[in-house]
Amino acid sequence: MPTFGFNHVEFLLVAALWTLGLSAIAFIGGGILGFVIALARVSSSALVRGLAGAYVRIVQGTPLLILLFLIYFGLAIVGFNNLPAIIAAGAGLVIYSSGFLGEIWRGCIESVPKTQWEAAECLAMTRWQRMTRVILPQAARIATAPTVGFLVQIIKNTSLASVVGFVELSQAGKLINNSTFQPFIVFITVAVIYFLICYPLSAWSRGLERRLNVGRR
Amino acid sequence: MTYEFDFSSLLPYWREFAEGVWLTLQLSAISTVLGFVGGALCAIARADGPPWLQRVVGAYVEVIRNTPLLVQVFLVYFGIAILGIRIDANLAAVLALVVNVVAYTCEIMRAGIQSVHKAQIEAADCLGLTKTQTYWHVVLRPAIERVYPALVSQYVLLMLASSITSQISAEELTAVANRIQSDTFRSFETYIVVGLLYLALSFVVRGAFSVFGMLVFTRRRRLGTPL
Amino acid sequence: MSAVVKLSNVHKSFGALKVLDGVSFEVNRGEVVAVIGQSGSGKSTALRCINALETIEQGSIEVCGHAIHSDKLDKRALRLDVGIVFQSYNLFPHLTAEQNIMLAPTCVRKLGKKEAKDLARECLARVGLAEKADHYPEQLSGGQQQRVAIARSLAMQPKVMLFDEVTSALDPQLTGEVLKVMEDLARGGMTMILVTHEMSFARKVATNVIYMRQGKVWETLPGHQLENPSTPELREFVGSEL
Repeated sequence: MPTFGFNHVEFLLVAALWTLGLSAIAFIGGGILGFVIALARVSSSALVRGLAGAYVRIVQGTPLLILLFLIYFGLAIVGFNNLPAIIAAGAGLVIYSSGFLGEIWRGCIESVPKTQWEAAECLAMTRWQRMTRVILPQAARIATAPTVGFLVQIIKNTSLASVVGFVELSQAGKLINNSTFQPFIVFITVAVIYFLICYPLSAWSRGLERRLNVGRR
Repeated sequence: MTYEFDFSSLLPYWREFAEGVWLTLQLSAISTVLGFVGGALCAIARADGPPWLQRVVGAYVEVIRNTPLLVQVFLVYFGIAILGIRIDANLAAVLALVVNVVAYTCEIMRAGIQSVHKAQIEAADCLGLTKTQTYWHVVLRPAIERVYPALVSQYVLLMLASSITSQISAEELTAVANRIQSDTFRSFETYIVVGLLYLALSFVVRGAFSVFGMLVFTRRRRLGTPL
Repeated sequence: MSAVVKLSNVHKSFGALKVLDGVSFEVNRGEVVAVIGQSGSGKSTALRCINALETIEQGSIEVCGHAIHSDKLDKRALRLDVGIVFQSYNLFPHLTAEQNIMLAPTCVRKLGKKEAKDLARECLARVGLAEKADHYPEQLSGGQQQRVAIARSLAMQPKVMLFDEVTSALDPQLTGEVLKVMEDLARGGMTMILVTHEMSFARKVATNVIYMRQGKVWETLPGHQLENPSTPELREFVGSEL
């Protein structure tokens, strides 16, 4: 039986790059879709608000694991049998991220005081102008810290992509464990790599939050 | 090409689904209770314990919050096995979930404890309350009430995240689904059913928590305003 | 002379609470009208109705030819004619004083950047804050923020300006500098409606004073007559405020 060695660490580090790549896809895709969801959640149309609300509830009420299975088997049903694993994994994580980011950002938009809407309205600005020129710039400042915080959640949750056959950091760890059966050293190494990626982001998010609170006094 | 949906072949498995739901609820309930107690103790230690303990708890919270639950589950399950102790997958699942949720609870509760104004503690002091009385009545209870919504969200997430323990074959809902879909070859239908079951569970759990909150926090019930 | 603002028998309730109970008054071009009264007398609500920030249940309001009570009201066109300044300033915190003023002229009036900048400078100079153009709201005192808010409203060249208790959140010292700006505006011929607690300002500057009580116009009198009210309620109110 092989023992855990340098080549295994190298394998893990390469897998960690896949974790980062998948996280980037989830964050960018989920960010775009989530932004649309956030805008829809504060739309003036009750129907649009309701649909976006239902979307958020469904995404937040279903485990990511089930979401990934649904997309994987759903794609197979519509005829995509041999797609690379990253497609299903990416799609699942994009949907998952959009549900949560959309809700985080809605909160940020709504935390801008109503009086700011009113002041902009009284300057004869259109709804779109009010949103883009007055509300969103202020919401963006509030949103930075929780968004960076959620990025950590995304990175950790890419570990579930293994269920659709995507080899990222956790799955790589599992493969090594299957051959060496040294779970402690293998999974602690995996955990350390995750920690090294996530901790700086968590610390940054906290720093941003502190600065915002000081700014607001 | 068209796909023929067939949910009827899942019908004979209703008992398995029900058992999966039941085990998921049990896993979540046990983890929530233990996680709440453990998290509260950690939060107290983190906020008001001796400096060395504050550091230890702080490090624990950071490690858990910055590594995936899946890796924690693997570490607990395979780790204990390698120590030569035979352990049931369900027990390993509970252990891993508790270790995880204690850290999150601790962080949420600490924020609550820190939100209690110093003047409140001074006021209680001046009224002659003992340290423990002050801590319970003036710090902890309002802190819990204030962070209750955040805790509820965390525990609903925990219920959903318990699906991850299917990866070490704990017999909860997702593991049941994995088995049924390989028996029936009706994968998509199986996961739709299970997805809906989780959705229903998350509504039920959230509802149960809000009823519980109404019973416990009389102020919120009477005034309808958050503390 | 035709009225710029005309309220006729306006009624409004918040739930069971009747806030405006048949309010009627007119404001002509170049007039300064001060609305006074206890808190809860409906004066701020009346002002907000004039700018269509609140809807009314009965009666009619005409502002610069816009029918506020109508379903077909073009709110944006109305707001091009009416400026409003709030008690809490409501400056945009992410923009400098100058950018606060430039925003609406560039995106609503479609002015070029250069023209808008010149306009902003000019308006800031009018409120005596030319040197604060690059300051963010949080770097300014309350009085200065309120003057920037006035300049921001002024830059849209409104036909009527509404002031909603604009000095209520300010120290007495800072109140003076804001009132000075408003007095200059009045002398320049701006049509103004102000809800205020500043009796001496109302007496000095207002063409007419409207005393509101229990959602009604209780008494109307010229500003310089404020010390000689005809109703005992206004006499008592003026006595308590002076």
